[in-house]
Amino acid sequence: MLARLISRFRSVFRGRNAVILVPMLWLFVLSAVPLLIVLNFSFSEMEIASVASIWKWADDALTIKINLGNYLYFGQDPLYFDTYLSSLKFAAITTLWCLALGYPFAYFMARAQAHLRPMLVMLVMLPFWTSFLLRIYAWKTLLVSNGLVNQLLMALGVIHTPLQMMNTPFSLTIGMVYAYLPFMILPLYANLVKLDVRLLEAAADLGASPWKTFWLITVPLSKRGIIAGSMLVFIPAVGEYVIPELLGGPDTLMIGRVLWDEFFSNNDWPMASAVTIVMILLILLPITIFNKYNAESKSEEQA
Amino acid sequence: MAAVKDDVVLEDLLRIDGLIKVFDGSVRAVDNVSLTVAKGEIFALLGSSGCGKSTLLRMLAGFETPTAGRIYLSGKDITDLPPYQRPINMMFQSYALFPHLNVWDNVAFGLRRDGMPKDELAERVESMLKLVQLGKFAKRKPHQLSGGQQQRVALARSLAKRPKLLLLDEPLGALDKKLRESTQLELVNIIEQVGVTCVLVTHDQEEAMTMASRIAVMNEGYFLQIGTPDEIYETPNSRLVADFIGNVNIFEGEVVEDEADHVTVRCPECLHYVGHGITGTPGMAVGVALRPEKIHLSREQPDKPHNWCAGDVADIAYFGAHTTYHLTLVTGMTLKVQQPNLTRHSGQGLTWGDRIYAHWSQDAMVVLTQ
Ligand SMILES: Nc1ncnc2c1ncn2[C@@H]1O[C@H](COP(=O)(O)OP(=O)(O)OP(=O)(O)O)[C@@H](O)[C@H]1O
Ligand SMILES: [Mg+2]
Repeated sequence: MLARLISRFRSVFRGRNAVILVPMLWLFVLSAVPLLIVLNFSFSEMEIASVASIWKWADDALTIKINLGNYLYFGQDPLYFDTYLSSLKFAAITTLWCLALGYPFAYFMARAQAHLRPMLVMLVMLPFWTSFLLRIYAWKTLLVSNGLVNQLLMALGVIHTPLQMMNTPFSLTIGMVYAYLPFMILPLYANLVKLDVRLLEAAADLGASPWKTFWLITVPLSKRGIIAGSMLVFIPAVGEYVIPELLGGPDTLMIGRVLWDEFFSNNDWPMASAVTIVMILLILLPITIFNKYNAESKSEEQA
Repeated sequence: MAAVKDDVVLEDLLRIDGLIKVFDGSVRAVDNVSLTVAKGEIFALLGSSGCGKSTLLRMLAGFETPTAGRIYLSGKDITDLPPYQRPINMMFQSYALFPHLNVWDNVAFGLRRDGMPKDELAERVESMLKLVQLGKFAKRKPHQLSGGQQQRVALARSLAKRPKLLLLDEPLGALDKKLRESTQLELVNIIEQVGVTCVLVTHDQEEAMTMASRIAVMNEGYFLQIGTPDEIYETPNSRLVADFIGNVNIFEGEVVEDEADHVTVRCPECLHYVGHGITGTPGMAVGVALRPEKIHLSREQPDKPHNWCAGDVADIAYFGAHTTYHLTLVTGMTLKVQQPNLTRHSGQGLTWGDRIYAHWSQDAMVVLTQ
């Protein structure tokens, strides 16, 4: 019995499993453990200047005091609900714009001559060579009242008084779309470049106009790219902090800013943790759907 | 064309006029090709790899724009029509089945583009699937089918719209040899059942011979010869065609006697007396093509002045139905001889190194002037 257990134990740690162990350990230490700590915090209470532990050992008894107050507080203060909603809204708008702009972009990259494609990919990634923060600041100088865009429009006589663009949903959306566009284009491109042009020819041969071919063949077959790109944009966009902070305004509530305030202004770590956990749960939903779809369509691709 | 009567127009379904396709300014993939295909014909484009067959077919389908020349279908100039407006359907070499659609939807794809009413569409798809015996597989996705089944879905899809012209690019290229042979006849049966005119591309001469009513042999973008399978096999017009179609022995020699009903050609190996006339003059250098199956072998020296030679058996290949002998002639030339195995163990006890006499009749050969 024992020998069998030992050999079982051994086989788990042999070969392939040993290789997988390293990244598993990495993920556990850097993702799971912090997450569990945050989860732990979210069930505790704030004492004067420190976080009360939910674990108590006294009189030979371990008591765990789970405080649901932080979560229940969400129901009392509409700010949280509104902020979540607004975060999801801005993330969704960003995703849709990225898709609308990124799809044609990726499509023409994939249809470009083969020797041009690596260069086009480089161009998409070019912004990553400068600091993200700098690039967002640069947008600020473009969009402020006496910024480049307003000056240009006034010089052209399109407008007479400067437009209020900064600190509006407009400036936030521009900044978000700008920052996340490459994350949409790259997976879409990787998908579209593999698309068999003979399928497009076959559709044309059977009487489908180029427009019909696009909607009936290209789009369905690039579904995985669309979903992957959308996830890559949507998930970080929900929790985005820097862009709303720099380009957003009073009417662009984002959960990232609320988180920051709870942590660093209010110093209410348990509340901040609860906000985080709810955000993660909100994001988990689309990921689960994606994974399910991914597993389904994978078998289809092995044709 | 307009002046021609309707039934005559129907006779020539497809007419190609001086078609040229130049890629990248220099590659002449198709070089001044003209051709007519009659209604109901199965026409094969045969040629080695890279000779421009696919390019020609793709111009018919509308995927490539000709550099010059015109294409007429039923007398109508379709050269400038986009693929989706041509009453032509193509079956792709790779089948190009839509992976996200099931068999039924693949077959229905073209019909839906025409806005066919639902009932009629369902009926048509059902009958197409029945035609290719895939009724049971309607709900399957292409990747759940075998190669042969995919091939039949592709065929059903390209026939569903009842095209005036069906194009087949290496229709059986992806199948293994055994399946290929049985599918060839099945395919011809289906095509004839539907009655569609068909242009077929292949590099397999046996496939072209079994399936097509006429064949065009292509080389470097132009046609070497157009004719029925037996014309191409029995009277090739050039060394290239003779060599490409089947096995052949070609003797190089010069004409010594040129009469209306026969020619005599002297070759280093032997003297040929050929029972047909040619347009040539004595002294002209020609090739004499002789198919291996038209040669007889005997142990005794034949008692005639021409059409025989002696050789040593260098190689024996037993194929079951026949045996192929390679004889080394005095000049060093290898003569391929094919003998049917009419009875069991009919090999005459020939073995390697035996001296043997090969002889043939005066109608066995073709004189090639090109
Ligand atoms: N898009 C293209 N651009 C440049 N050259 C091309 C293109 N398509 C074909 N060619 C060239 O044209 C010639 C004919 O090609 P094609 O595909 O018609 O040959 P094929 O007879 O179908 O050969 P295979 O039997 O190998 O399919 C080849 O030399 C090929 O390299
Ligand atoms: Mg080809």
